Amino acid sequence: MTQLSELLQTQFLWFALAAGLLVALVSGPLGCFAVWRRMAYFGDTLAHSALLGVTLGFILQIQPTIAVGASCCALAILLVYLQRRQKLSVDTLLGILSHSMLALGIVTVSLFGINVDLLSLLLGDLLAVGGQDLVLMAIAAAVIATLLYFLWEKLLAFTLHEELAAVEGVPVEKTRLALMLMLALLIAIAMKVVGILLITALLIIPAASARRLSRTPEQMAIFASAIGCCAVIFGLLASILWDTPAGPSIVLAAGVLFLAAQLRPNR
Amino acid sequence: MLQDINLALQPGEIVTVIGPNGAGKTTLLRLLLGLSKPTTGKVWRRPGLGLGYMPQRLQIDPSMPMSVARFLQLGQPQVDVREALSRVGADRLADTGLAELSGGEMQRVLLARAASRKPQLLVLDEPTQGVDLGGQGEVYRLIAALRDELGCGVLLVSHDLHLVMAATDKVLCINQHICCEGLPEQVSRDPAYLELFGDKVVPYTHQHNHEHDFGGDILHPHSHDQDEHKQ
Repeated sequence: MTQLSELLQTQFLWFALAAGLLVALVSGPLGCFAVWRRMAYFGDTLAHSALLGVTLGFILQIQPTIAVGASCCALAILLVYLQRRQKLSVDTLLGILSHSMLALGIVTVSLFGINVDLLSLLLGDLLAVGGQDLVLMAIAAAVIATLLYFLWEKLLAFTLHEELAAVEGVPVEKTRLALMLMLALLIAIAMKVVGILLITALLIIPAASARRLSRTPEQMAIFASAIGCCAVIFGLLASILWDTPAGPSIVLAAGVLFLAAQLRPNR
Repeated sequence: MLQDINLALQPGEIVTVIGPNGAGKTTLLRLLLGLSKPTTGKVWRRPGLGLGYMPQRLQIDPSMPMSVARFLQLGQPQVDVREALSRVGADRLADTGLAELSGGEMQRVLLARAASRKPQLLVLDEPTQGVDLGGQGEVYRLIAALRDELGCGVLLVSHDLHLVMAATDKVLCINQHICCEGLPEQVSRDPAYLELFGDKVVPYTHQHNHEHDFGGDILHPHSHDQDEHKQ
């Protein structure tokens, strides 16, 4: 325990906690939309493309978070376009893209001899979050939160029935695009926290856990954020106490919270 | 898909589009709603026309917690939930989750939302989808009552031939083009209609010279002037 109290004096731990909480806060409501709209696979595909963004950032000498954000946005737009004109099912299309993107990312990283720790990209490197990272994450989280706040009703209407929303005057295509861009931004900042492979878990698990506790969409979004924050705190604690990798510990904590939520009788 | 469609909708008029599967009923609806654009020709909507749309069905993912009341106020917080629901005889559903509604209840709630917008044109895509046989006539009575209350035009697409015939002012039978149109009694005797639907369908010959309220009581006498139904 003395070890823990010593650790609590260190800056990196507080940076890590702040970064984790920022991501958990915005991934709660976004995760709800991912669950309601059944976009888990979509999130996975976007996340897996992040590695390619890292490579591009290296080649073009751009800050990695910005590079990943930009490349995820580009892919999100491409996906929306592809989904509309494919004979293959969306599921199949995403399955192809998701893994091809991951493979492409890993291959380009090694091809260009980029000096990165692949494992930390894949599984997150929360304890290495620096001040500059934190500022970028805060900006991205603020953008997502603002968009969510102003588009909330439109996003809900669009999720319930796209054509009904369109007839009632919701700009459906713009709303869809905004949701995609928010997801892309989230992925760019969540990469540091839980890594490319586990981002979808952070998106889906807190939202799914919140379902049983909620009676309105707003409640579900807030509970999802809260559960995500708990997972970050517990995961980080576990990671320090038992020296386990932070990202997977957070996801595991979220999984345990999900199981705990299932014990509650259904509402 | 569709050609030679010429259709004008008047306020207070119920127009029903019937036709076999693949006839282009939904395409026509989407064009009128502005959800898709015609390749040739034009859809003119009165500027500022208030549209109420009732989709064929609404499939909500059960993971989304949303009550009927919240749904009715979604994007329109000024709507009085109780008034909207009592209009379609579904008062007790306010706190029910959307995902828990039966087919018939869902149709009522969708109709309540469409009507709550006080539309000048109500567009209904197969409003009795998923409603059991006993409830179907009731849905059409509701639609007629809404037309009377709101004074709106109603365009509906339907499969329930004989039920529709009873509750409509004008019928448009299409199969990629307009096969025949006119008053229900005229259409049901039209050779083009009989060719499409055969003589299995017993033409409904209800004399529509009065109106019913919800309990089936006769309201004020009313007869349709055939001359006002012109293109």
